[in-house]
Amino acid sequence: MVWELPVRFFHWLNVLTITILAITGFIIANPPALQSSAEATNLHSFGIVRFIHFGAAYIFFFNMIFRLYWSIVGNKYASWRAFWPFSKKTWNNFWHVLKIDIMLLNEDHPDVKNISIGHNSVATLSYLALFFIALIQVFTGFALYADTSGWWLPKLFDWVSPLLGGDFVTRTIHHISTWIFILFSIVHVYLVFYHDWLEGRGEVSSMFGGYKFVREDRVKKAIKKENEE
Amino acid sequence: MSTNNEKRNTYYESIIKQGYSRRDFMKFSTYMAAFMGLESSMVGQIAQSLENTPRLPVIWEHYQECTCCSESFIRSNHPIVADIILDRISLDYSLTLMAASGYQAETAKHETMKKYKGEYILCVEGSIPLGDDGNYCCIAGKSAKDTFLEAAEGAKAIIAWGSCASNGCVQAAKPNPTEATPIHKLVKNKPIIRVPGCPPIGEVMAGVIMHVVAFGRLPKLDRLGRPKAFYGKRVHDTCYRRPYYDAGLFAETFDDENSKKGYCLYKLGCKGPLTYNACASMRWNNGISFPIQSGHGCIGCSEEEFWDNGPFYERTTKVPGFPVESNADTVGKVTAGVLAGGIALHAVGANISKRKELMDRVKRGKSNEKNIDS
Repeated sequence: MVWELPVRFFHWLNVLTITILAITGFIIANPPALQSSAEATNLHSFGIVRFIHFGAAYIFFFNMIFRLYWSIVGNKYASWRAFWPFSKKTWNNFWHVLKIDIMLLNEDHPDVKNISIGHNSVATLSYLALFFIALIQVFTGFALYADTSGWWLPKLFDWVSPLLGGDFVTRTIHHISTWIFILFSIVHVYLVFYHDWLEGRGEVSSMFGGYKFVREDRVKKAIKKENEE
Repeated sequence: MSTNNEKRNTYYESIIKQGYSRRDFMKFSTYMAAFMGLESSMVGQIAQSLENTPRLPVIWEHYQECTCCSESFIRSNHPIVADIILDRISLDYSLTLMAASGYQAETAKHETMKKYKGEYILCVEGSIPLGDDGNYCCIAGKSAKDTFLEAAEGAKAIIAWGSCASNGCVQAAKPNPTEATPIHKLVKNKPIIRVPGCPPIGEVMAGVIMHVVAFGRLPKLDRLGRPKAFYGKRVHDTCYRRPYYDAGLFAETFDDENSKKGYCLYKLGCKGPLTYNACASMRWNNGISFPIQSGHGCIGCSEEEFWDNGPFYERTTKVPGFPVESNADTVGKVTAGVLAGGIALHAVGANISKRKELMDRVKRGKSNEKNIDS
């Protein structure tokens, strides 16, 4: 088992909420012209869009908190240690992945150990970066929301806007960060397909079922290592 | 204009001396309590403190500005505001409104500064240029910076009137040739009330001054130093067109049917959702109207750097470091396109470069298939 059920759950809930947040976010940023002759009293369409955005934002936020918790209690592929960027191993793997998968160079004697069982280092770093972008979204989002909310949680973020220099800047950052999520998703989905197709380890389905194909000799080693520990 | 030799009358004494009746005075106190957002039970307290407090000496400095703040102030709702607070009693020095000029005016100011050291309120209208040794704005042979620091030295508190003094306003817009600077960046050791807006609402200005007079302390300020009573809500959240926003009914252009119906101006670049001010609740010119009611979106004049934060009539988001015409969405779309192209190239490249590996895998797959019982 590589991806435990909670990790997969986190991933798909993330997909759902980010999709909803991006779509409703763009509607809020530039609402479509409504062809309606109804009086405002009987309409609440924009309010509903905003409600969905805020609701999804809360789910996204608590999902994030849950993932942080799981990085402490989860298995080694989910652990925060897997995302720690300051080890030599990480960077060796980083350059290797850049050479082989991004620059598409070939090795004379491929070493199977270079293929990561969990995330490879480039992926790890990109998720770490995405986590910080998500933090930015949470901070700026709640900052913009704080003023219309009576709850203490969003109110915790009411210092963000004054620090950045007003709602203008806060909104701009919130909007630009959305695009980073979109750009990330494009590359992310492509690279998952790429690995699935090139390495044949079931990269795509691993996020559904949790398992990946791993060479037999490596599996034994892992079990042996576990027994020793 | 008062002189410093006069005995310091209380506000009430001066108001009665001006020919107002007690009834006018009580009305005025009620007005002010309402402007400050106080309960009606506080009216008595205001009246009482006006009866007993001697007038507060005020020095009102003008630097790089257009005097729209003063104009707004003297048009505030109740005549006593202009007549008593500003014109007759409190103002010891104000370039625009004082009778004295030249040497006499400067002497009066220095006398006030000496006599009421640590007691007087310093009101500042306008930003202070720091470029070229502050030579862009000089009064009586001294640069604005020197005059300001001198006056700030003995002030009890400083009020920054308008966006110039609070945020720099248009003079500080890029490229800010005179290095116009808001006053809170120059003085750190004095309490500063920032009252942004271009101009701020007259009643808000009166309310701020009256708060200091009536309660002897500064009003409650938010994190940016603005009085919470007036800058605690967004224009958008108090706007009378808000129901149209929630309904999703927007004016698309200034001359369409929706605009005539009074729909929300969100899509025409109204900055109400980003601007903290009391325009929508207190309104302007004796509560007659405010920009959105007149059919024009809010331009966010009380927010920092509102001149540089994107066009007034569009909801686009400017991306720093990109050409003026591009907004976040254009940049995002172009990047997504480039990325898609890059991915396509990468996919083709991968097929060529990793051909051997792929062929191997296909071969292995085929041989495995042969070994399956079926």
